[in-house]
Amino acid sequence: MNMVLTIARKDLTIEWRTRTLLARILPFALLVLVLFAVALDSEPLILRAAAGLVWLAMLFATMIMVQRSFDVEIVDSALDALLGFVSSPSKVFFGKALSLFVQLFALAVVLVCASVVLYGARVEGSGVVLLVTVLVTATLGLALVGTLYGVVVANMNGRDSLLPLLALPVLAPLLIGAARATEAAFGSDTIDVANGWAWAAILVVYAVVFGSAGAVAFAPLAQGES
Amino acid sequence: MHHWHKVNRDMTTGTATTRVIGWIAILTTAWVVVSAFFLTPADVIQGDSVRIMYVHVPTAWIAYLAFVITAVASGCSLVRKHRTLGFDRVAGASAEVGVLFMAMTLITGSLWGRLTWGTFWQWDPRLTTTLFLFVTYVGYLAIRRVDVDPVRRARRSAVIALLAVLEIPLVHFSVVLWRSLHQEASVLNTDGDVRLDGLMLFTLFSGVVAFTLMFVWLVMHRQRLTALSDVERVVGLDASIAARRAEHAGGVRAT
Repeated sequence: MNMVLTIARKDLTIEWRTRTLLARILPFALLVLVLFAVALDSEPLILRAAAGLVWLAMLFATMIMVQRSFDVEIVDSALDALLGFVSSPSKVFFGKALSLFVQLFALAVVLVCASVVLYGARVEGSGVVLLVTVLVTATLGLALVGTLYGVVVANMNGRDSLLPLLALPVLAPLLIGAARATEAAFGSDTIDVANGWAWAAILVVYAVVFGSAGAVAFAPLAQGES
Repeated sequence: MHHWHKVNRDMTTGTATTRVIGWIAILTTAWVVVSAFFLTPADVIQGDSVRIMYVHVPTAWIAYLAFVITAVASGCSLVRKHRTLGFDRVAGASAEVGVLFMAMTLITGSLWGRLTWGTFWQWDPRLTTTLFLFVTYVGYLAIRRVDVDPVRRARRSAVIALLAVLEIPLVHFSVVLWRSLHQEASVLNTDGDVRLDGLMLFTLFSGVVAFTLMFVWLVMHRQRLTALSDVERVVGLDASIAARRAEHAGGVRAT
């Protein structure tokens, strides 16, 4: 557990010193939200689509952040060295996923606030608790799946196009669940808060499934990778 | 001539078994074509468009069979100590043919849909899951094409194939739940309304047999071709090293 935290802290320190999230990924994600609004060009339509658009922007941002997370590991075979330090490769997996989770969660909070400002989304009453739950569970799923597929393509030629091709179909259930639950939290006509909680439960199952899969699959994927 | 060219010319991916399978596949396919177009009757409701079924259903069945084989072969390749590369090649060949057949399923399905439902695509759970399955295996094939040594390719692609097995039920479940909150795709129910008489059923069954034989034939050839190109990598490298050495030795003598 200590090692997991150390690895997460290492990644977060790198992020803090380079400020990639703040300087590049956050502006990119906000730009995506603005461009969606411009492309849809209808306020009722934008409000109806707000939840889905937030999570689409999150998916795109995850793709970039995962690559960034593994780019720092393949220089000088750092990943091999890291694997040599830990008792089990799964600790590297959870450490990197934890760091990604912290960053993605921060991004998700900003994007939800942006959707309130830009799209006119409203969160009230019981919606707030649901929204926070969804942000935590869906971001956890994103971080776990992102880390898992990140190590698959780490050190590969053309990884920038391979990662989305592999990871996005896997993230489809998460996108559906997170978008629907967020829509419920925003107070939609088509889905109520109780249904939103059902989707949040599915997001938990999703995170557990891919957390376990990642813990098992990380070792055969990471060994001899760099 | 370099000697690996000779190696390739002497090796072929065909054997007596594949030739027999190939011929039976051709004959069965010929029968299916004749029966589907000329012998079987048109459907009462759907008319001639029902004939698409004789291709659509078998290709869908083969695509799913192919992905099951990919998963099983990947599991074997990962667990077993010996012949891991053999299982990996079967997994890759099966996925490749599976993607081909699934593309045919999607194309024939949307053409059939246009004729019977009036639309190329419905966001129905079964269709949506199939589409995600298709994209997943396209990604799997893309990873296989990345040039690494066969042992690493085997391990990595086996893990991805097993993750796909994990992903598909989740996709299907969430899509079913997603659609159940929206309107029912009622038009789809016509799918089950096709009345199959004896000959239609037999033709459909023959179609499944024909496409299964085709699948087996393709996978056998494809996995042997992969084996040959893996060999060629090694032999070709050795040969060029030998050639460079000889060149170098000759150059040294000349000076």
